[in-house]
Amino acid sequence: MSTAISVEHLSKAYRLGTIGGGTLSGDLSRWWAQVRRKPDPTLKIGQEHHARRVGEQFWALEDVNFDVQQGEVLGIIGRNGAGKSTMLKILSQVTAPTSGQIKVRGRIASLLEVGTGFHPELTGRENVFLNGAILGMTKAEIRRKFDEIVAFSECEDFIDTPVKRYSSGMYVRLAFAVAAHLEPEILVVDEVLAVGDAQFQSKCLGKMGEVSRGGRTVLFVSHNMGAVRRLCRRAVLLDGGRVSMVGECAEAIGQYLGLSNSTGIWRRTAAPPAGSPVCLTEVSLANKSGTLTSTLASTESFTLNITLDVSAPTPPMQVPVRITNHEGVVILTTSNVDHTRTLVALPEGRHRYQVTVPGNFLSPGTYSLLVAAHVPGFVLFDILENFNFTIEDTGTIASAIGDGRWGVVTPLLLWERIEESKGPARLLANEVKT
Amino acid sequence: MPSHGETTTLPTIEHNTPVSEGHARREADPALNPALAWTVITPARSWFDWRLRQLWRYRDLIGLFVWRDFVSVYKQTILGPAWHVIRPLITTLIFTVVFSRMAGLSTDGAPPFLFYMVGNIAWTYFSTCLDNTSKTFVANSALLGKVYFHRLVIPISLVISNLIAFGIQLGILLAVMVVYALAGVSLHLTSWVLLTPILVLILAGYALGGGIMVCALTTRYRDLSYLVTFGVQLLMYVTPVIYPVSALPARYRWTASLNPLTPVLEGFRVAFLGVGTVTPRELAVSFVTMLAVLAVGTILFTRVERTFMDTV
Repeated sequence: MSTAISVEHLSKAYRLGTIGGGTLSGDLSRWWAQVRRKPDPTLKIGQEHHARRVGEQFWALEDVNFDVQQGEVLGIIGRNGAGKSTMLKILSQVTAPTSGQIKVRGRIASLLEVGTGFHPELTGRENVFLNGAILGMTKAEIRRKFDEIVAFSECEDFIDTPVKRYSSGMYVRLAFAVAAHLEPEILVVDEVLAVGDAQFQSKCLGKMGEVSRGGRTVLFVSHNMGAVRRLCRRAVLLDGGRVSMVGECAEAIGQYLGLSNSTGIWRRTAAPPAGSPVCLTEVSLANKSGTLTSTLASTESFTLNITLDVSAPTPPMQVPVRITNHEGVVILTTSNVDHTRTLVALPEGRHRYQVTVPGNFLSPGTYSLLVAAHVPGFVLFDILENFNFTIEDTGTIASAIGDGRWGVVTPLLLWERIEESKGPARLLANEVKT
Repeated sequence: MPSHGETTTLPTIEHNTPVSEGHARREADPALNPALAWTVITPARSWFDWRLRQLWRYRDLIGLFVWRDFVSVYKQTILGPAWHVIRPLITTLIFTVVFSRMAGLSTDGAPPFLFYMVGNIAWTYFSTCLDNTSKTFVANSALLGKVYFHRLVIPISLVISNLIAFGIQLGILLAVMVVYALAGVSLHLTSWVLLTPILVLILAGYALGGGIMVCALTTRYRDLSYLVTFGVQLLMYVTPVIYPVSALPARYRWTASLNPLTPVLEGFRVAFLGVGTVTPRELAVSFVTMLAVLAVGTILFTRVERTFMDTV
């Protein structure tokens, strides 16, 4: 196997502040201020304390090194702002690196966003040619693959209709079909799997697999750890503009899930609510291995720990927990009294609760927790809202099968085969006769 | 739990594409397939690395962009093409009334309406091209931010697209001239008409060169684009668009010859109306200056094209 891409000491700095300030008048007034030794009048206040900001530069990528073998499907993972998009932009030559270089063997095509350059007034046919040419094909090449592209997109009947009349699904299918038939030596894929219906998604995954089996190289950038795990053997984990690790996909995903700027713990820092006998002092989330983190694996269980201090005996009360998804839909409410089925009075002292949420239950996404201590309908002792956590896709059923199933939760329910018969299925009519 | 082994059991699509013979041959020979050569993406590039060969490979894309502009303007709209007819006619009418009737400016003896129409058509082509190309980065940032293709493809296709409107307007000019001829006005089409393509080429070259120059500078200075709109307006008054060079007092005439657009405008009028003062030598100088402007524009453009996405 030979190397298809070699990234060597790649760095990218974005300039902040004085240079490229935007306007000629701005630059002139800065220059005039400098001449008079006055402070820069255009500098923003409060921007100076950024973690990766050195002087006037922000290093989006710093000394990144890795190689990609020909025919390999390499995953690029990392949190938002880790430098994934910058990496892709440099690879697809949209922007130039500040230092270092990338050696690439062959033609690169990126599916950064399908449908780039589609014009609504043009017909499907015209857009196939336009889009193909934008992506680097010649007219002759497109003509040769035209029928194949149209067949793949399943838009045969509408190919001479302006794409503004297309459904969004058709639009995406046609766009992906063009990109998928580029036959580049290196394909860069960024989250395209999030589009289209389930059937088309699995077709796209199939096409990507086919591309890599055909000896072509695929770089796959995604937040969907399930898809990354499924497609890639190796992955690069970026963190803060640097390569955190390059290696086995599963290992990189594991490390990625451990990276979290939020520690998954909340402690009371403000004064307790005045006159209330109950006070929440600590709420934390821990993954299966007991590490405090707010980034949790979808396939593993996790625990929610609640500590509250009771300064005087309470009336019968409860400690409910509510989980809301990013759309504001309440997924569930659970409480410390669910098993006793009656409100419970708490004695003075410190009380700790641990709630275990099973794996394979919450769908991947961001959630918000609410923890309260109250006598329903009478007194709200204390409340903690907007305690956020993220469920990362580590291989949910939906991403494993690729069926894009509906539903706010993805629980593993018990399925049993009740009857199994060998041979051809009997017809109902025969059963009735006998 | 999915495992790595599943990669091989992914659903394959129905039509497994056999590698065509032609494709295989292409792949086998790196000379025929530039795709297999090493590309090195580095920070800096030489000032003169214009990648003209690559630009030539994108000629189909230039054609398709022109086609896109044509279709999007002319498909399903009646006003699209009509606009190109109405606008020069009305502007010419206003020019005729204001500059000829009211101000009494000379038209070198040509019918005023035709005189202003020729100047107007040529100037509109130049100023529209300059305006469009100078906005290349800002207007196409969504597209340019996602895909790489030779960045000069867009300004070049804009200059070509605008030829469509120019052609329509030239057609109207000829139609108006026929009307004049039928009304008994004697017209003087000269052999300079054959030079029209060269005149247009010079205009296009200036517009493209100037446009990409402005485009390169506006990535750093946004407010420059206002200056350009204003500057083009001023430029129209120092270029003989609404007056002939012969109308200038003799001692100021040298100022007109400093403006490389002067011979082009005069050339258009010599071609279609038989009036004007221009020599082939002046035109040749204008042509050479155009090449210089184009080169400087390309140098500036090449400097910023690779990083403009960071600032736009």
